This record gives sequence, C-alpha cells and structure tokens, in this order.
Amino acid sequence: MFKKIAALVMAIAMVCTMATLFTGCGADPNFKIGVILIGDETEGYSLAHINGIKAAAKELGLKDSQIIWKYKIGEDSAALDAAIDLVGQGCSVVVSNSYGHQAFTAQAAEQFPEVTFLAMTGDFAGISGLPNLKNAFTAVYESRYVSGVVAGMKVKELLESGELSASTQPDSFDKDGNVKIGYVGAYAFAEVISGYTAFYLGVRSIVPNVVMEVNYTNSWSDVGMEAAAAEALIANGAVIIGQHADTTGAPSATQKLQNSGKICYSIGYNIDMLETAPTAALTSATNVWEKYYTYAFETVMKGGDVDADWAKGYSADAVAITELGASCAAGTAEKVAEVEAALKDGSLHVFDTSTFTVGGKPLTSVPVDLSFIDFSTGNVIYQGETVEAIVDGYFAESTFRAAPYFNVVIDGITAK
Amino acid sequence: MNAASHIKEPFVRMAKRDDVSLKKKILIRAIAILAALLVDGIFIFLITGLNPFGVYGVMFAGTFGTFMKFKWVLRDLATLLIVGIALAPAFKMRFWNIGAEGQILMGGLASAVCMIYLGNLLPNWLLLLVMLVTSVLCGALWAFIPAVFKAIWNTNETLFTLMMNYVATSIVACCTNFFRGDNAKMALINMGTKAGWFPMILGQRYTINILVVLALTILMYIYLKYTKHGYEISVVGESENTARYAGIDVKKVMIRTISISGAICGLAGYLILAGKDMSLSTTSAGGNGFTAIIVAWLAKFNTFYMVLISFLLVFLDKGASDIASAFQVNDYMSDIVTGVILFFILGSEFFINYKLIFRSKTGKAEVKGGADDAE
Repeated sequence: MFKKIAALVMAIAMVCTMATLFTGCGADPNFKIGVILIGDETEGYSLAHINGIKAAAKELGLKDSQIIWKYKIGEDSAALDAAIDLVGQGCSVVVSNSYGHQAFTAQAAEQFPEVTFLAMTGDFAGISGLPNLKNAFTAVYESRYVSGVVAGMKVKELLESGELSASTQPDSFDKDGNVKIGYVGAYAFAEVISGYTAFYLGVRSIVPNVVMEVNYTNSWSDVGMEAAAAEALIANGAVIIGQHADTTGAPSATQKLQNSGKICYSIGYNIDMLETAPTAALTSATNVWEKYYTYAFETVMKGGDVDADWAKGYSADAVAITELGASCAAGTAEKVAEVEAALKDGSLHVFDTSTFTVGGKPLTSVPVDLSFIDFSTGNVIYQGETVEAIVDGYFAESTFRAAPYFNVVIDGITAK
Repeated sequence: MNAASHIKEPFVRMAKRDDVSLKKKILIRAIAILAALLVDGIFIFLITGLNPFGVYGVMFAGTFGTFMKFKWVLRDLATLLIVGIALAPAFKMRFWNIGAEGQILMGGLASAVCMIYLGNLLPNWLLLLVMLVTSVLCGALWAFIPAVFKAIWNTNETLFTLMMNYVATSIVACCTNFFRGDNAKMALINMGTKAGWFPMILGQRYTINILVVLALTILMYIYLKYTKHGYEISVVGESENTARYAGIDVKKVMIRTISISGAICGLAGYLILAGKDMSLSTTSAGGNGFTAIIVAWLAKFNTFYMVLISFLLVFLDKGASDIASAFQVNDYMSDIVTGVILFFILGSEFFINYKLIFRSKTGKAEVKGGADDAE
C-alpha cells in the first residue's frame, strides 16, 4: 500500500516538474522587455499598459523579472536616458507609452538599430526611415461607437417612456427638437475628434435626432476641469456625457447632478466607472492593450519584424466596452452584441459617409497628408504620401497609419 | 541659593555656536548619513523584505553604474546648479525669489521662439547668440517686474514672484498649443535642421551646459565675495537701514541684483532648450526652480558648496528612480528612502549650528554637543 502511494506521489511530482519545465522553456530566459511609462500604477492610462504588458508576458511564458519598468518618465531628455539605460540592461524591445516620448525614443532607435522600439500612440514610425521604430494604436473609435450605441439605447428609452420630454427637461432639446448630448474632450486634435465623432455616430445610429456639444479641457488628466466641463454641458441640457480624458471627473459630476434630479448619464473611458457613478455610468470604451503587446513581443522573440503601424479593433479583440451599468436600457446587451459582430466581420464601418454630412454635404473626398510636419516652422520632418481617405463609401480611419487622422467636425457637433 | 536657581530650568535648551571645527562638521555629517542609512535599512527590510545593501548598491549605481549614467548626473547637476547660482545673490539680499521656475520658462520660451522663427534664416552660431541674448533678457524681465514693485511700493516679493510662475506657465501652455499645429504635441524644435541646437562636444550636446555652469560657479563666487556689488548685496541683506545709512542706493541694488538672478534663470532656460531637451513644454523647468531653493539655502550661498548639494540631490533622485525600476517597487518607497537621507542631512545642520544644553541635577548646566558628544 505504502509503495503504491509513494509511487503515485512520485509520479505526480514528476508530472508537475515536467509541466513547469515545459511552460518555462517556451521563452528565452535572456529576453528582456524595457518599459518607459509616463506614470505608474496609480494612474489609469499607465495602469492599462502595465496590465496589458504583464498579461502578454504571462501568455508568452516570460517571467516578471524579464520586464524592466521605468516609472514616471517625462517627455523630455529623461525618456532618451531611460531608453539608453534599458538597452544597456539588455532589453531587445523597448516600449514607451506616451505620445511625447516618441521624439526621444526615435533618437534611441537611430542609435541602437538592433533593438525594437514600440512608440505607443506615435505617428511617424512608418515614414521616419527607422526600421526598428514602431507605432501602435488600438482602433478605439470602434468601441467608442459601441459605447455610443449604448447611450443611444438609453436616450431612446428615455424618450419612449416620456421620462425625457420638452415638458420634463426643456433645456435638453434644441429649437429643432433635437436631443442634446455632450462630450468632454482633452485636446482638439485628430485622436479626440475621431473618437467623439465615432461616439456621436453610435448614438445617432439609434436616435437620429441628436446634437452634441464638445468641451475641451486642454489636458489629458485634470479631475477638476473635466468635472466642470461635464457640469457646464449638463447645465446646457446634455443628457449623455461622453469623455476622452483620463479621470473620473466627468462621471462623478454626472452622478452628482443626477442625484440632484437631473436626467443625465455618463459614458466613461479606459476604466469601468460604475464605482464612481453607480447609477449614472452606462459603460466605458476601453483598449485591450494585451492583444498588441502579445503580438509585438512574440514577433520580436521569433526574430520577425513588427508592423510599423498597427491599429486593430474588434477584429483582433483589441478594444471593448466595460460591463453595462444597471441603468442601461432593456435590450442594450443584445444590440451591443449585434453591432460588435458587425464591426468584427467588417460589414459595418464606423465612418460610413452615408450617415453624416459636413457643411450640409456628404463627404466625398478627404486627402490626408501623412508627412510629419513641424507646424511651428512649417518644415517637413519626414515626407509621407498624401492618400485619399474615403474608400468605398467610408472614411478609412487608422489604416494608412496607426494614429487617427479623422480631423473633420461633422454636422450636429459643435466643439469649443 | 540665589534668585536664578528658583527659575525652573528647561530640561534641554539650545544655544547658537559658531566655533565648530571642520573636522567636527565632517564628523557630524558622517554620523547623520550613517544614521540615515541605518533608519532606511530598517525601513527597507521591514516594509519590503529586501536586502538593504542590495538597495544601496542600486542607488549608488544610479550615478556610478556606468560612465553614461555619470554624465547624465553631471548634466542634471548643471541644470539644478545654475538655478541655485541664480538664486544665491537674491537670497543673500533676503529677497525671496520663488519665481525661478517662471524665469527659466520665459528664457526657454524666448529660445524656442528664436529657434522657430529664425531657424531657417540665420547661421547656427548667430542663432545661438540671438537665443542667448533674448533668453537672458526675458528671464531678467520676468524678475525685474516684481523687483521694481518691491523697490518702489514694497510689495511682497515671495507672493509676487510665485504668482509670476503661473503666468509664465500659462503663456508657455498657450504658445506650445499654438506651435504644435495639428500634431498632438510639439515635437523637438527644428528636428530636421537641428538649428539652434548646441554642437556636439565630446559626443554630447550638453557638454556646453556643464562648461557654462562650471564657469558661472566660479564667477558668481567671485562676484559675491570680492566685488563691490557683492558687498552691497550682503549689506542690504543684513539691514536695509544700515545700507541706506552707508549711502547704498537700496532700490538700485535690489533691482539690479534681482534682474541678474532672473537673467541667470533665463540662461538656464536657454541651456535646457539648446543643450538638453530641444523642446518646450510647461514642465521644461522640471521643478528645478523650487529644488534650487534648497541648494542655495543649504550651501549658504557659497557656490562651491552648491556643487556638493546639487550633486547630492541629483544622486538621490537618480538612485530613487533606479531603486523603483530595479526592485519593481512603487517609487513612493524609493522617495521615502531618499527623503530620510535628506532629512538627516538637513537635521545635521542643526547640530552644526546649535548645541544642546541639558539641565543637570546639580543646577549646573551640562553642555552637550548633540550628535557628536563622543568628542
């Protein structure tokens, strides 16, 4: 009996050792990843990247000790120092997670051609002539579109139930009877414009007669300003507040005003806002960075070449929306699943030119100059080609390069 | 029993002392550093379970690990030190210039504007010269305004210079927002032409920064110690009335000195733009305007001591970020480690300047020298 048990225990022990050996030997133990972060885990944007990188490393069988983190690196010569130091420590791939790091990591890329540099959200890798500099973005406009659908379902429910009408909240309708919604944006550039347009088109796919007001905060992360912008929009009548800024300022302001009797709901960004705004938050649009990092690290490990411009959405599960809040309208989950499936199989295009107009006319041609220009002097730093962005009746966002370039304010949106 | 013995003597009191020998000063500081390392060691071990010696090793390597790291330390030291040098004459005159951050930004902005608008027009040497002059003037102007208000209407210079920082930050934010055009951020200025960038010397652009600051360290030492201006500054600092009685034009000295202070800050902005970052943002000054207050104050306006203090601060800063990176700890933990060291070093200054007198049972006060009662 004892012998049998002993044999069993030994067999189990051997299987376990083998299993650990096998999972361990999948990855090169000398492979190192360097990560330059604008913040640390206390800041939502960097946290999303940290989680994505950790998950990707785990999937590829890399140990935590094979990742070297550089926290709170500013967008100045500190970013170049960090990159050089990481290369010195033996990293084969160096990630930098903020746009402003790109100009400095590009200098490192020039200096160390054998190392791959992933300048996240950057915009000139493809035209820089540096084969080891790569850009990536998620097609987050797709998940913003879906979050717009969620918001649209809510507006529709409010209108149909009579809870929202010209008599219950008169400020929420403009003189033509359109429902007002609002959006808190960081800066007035393509990334944000592309995002709020997608969100607006998502809402309009459910409720055609909406208008949207956008308030810029001119900061990526400013709780006070975002809250103030949301409050101003709601005071102006907005019943939905979308956001492209990194804090919980807008959802918490929306919850506060909802508690005081206003009809208003919030769509967040990056993280689930239900904790901040339990009854006001409907959902948030998020990035699933893990998908990109897994692809990029694996490619480098196998000695391959990472795409200079990578931008994927639902087709690669690289974007998503967070858990639907309790306030969401009935049937939202089904509608979301339907829209997500259509985005995934490519039958639905977010920027379908038949769904919007610019200056009263449909958009038929948008030439996009992909050159990287120093706008202060007008000098072209890297020459790129000019492409036609309207393809087959839709605006092809993030296909000619990873960074968004949809830069038009469409009818129904007022931005300031 | 005389009357004095009835007054209750405090258990411990402190008295100023000026008679500390150099040997004793070094000893007190050494004890302070050892004590700090001990406290930190206990903290590191109890909180994180890491080996304190390993952590100190990484901290040391943050500066001395490679020659490249040492050069970065010299570069950052130069940036901090030049601001300390700028503040020295102002603080010596008891004019609390808290506005260095803004003065650096205005100097940097002037450089950036020259690089952008003259970059394609002038040869590089002339462009660098124009940048230098405008930066120095803009920095000086940003200090001149509060100085005039102080000299004529006796406004509070601390608040005034502090507020000027926020004005400068907003102006820079507005300009960078304009310059960036359709880009998400301003890239490096003149990335293609490299106009307005320092030439490479010994493989680095910031070599010039280090040389300029080195020269300035010596010049400011001489200016404060051996010139008439320097003497006037110290008299005004000790007592304005004395200065007035001695026939010194206090207003003139004040405006002149603060303008010099601002001018050097403007020069710092120039060095950051041309030799270090080649880009402008609201954080270009990097907090050096505030950190330099500690530098100037601890070194008692002696520019050579400032070199040491700046080195210590940069050393701690680099060490902290390397600890955070190497041990995957939150950088709050490494900030605590360096904070404790700084606290003990600041604390040791107390024992150098004061002695503690303990109450004795016999009624006769027993004199103790603080940390160094072994002597």
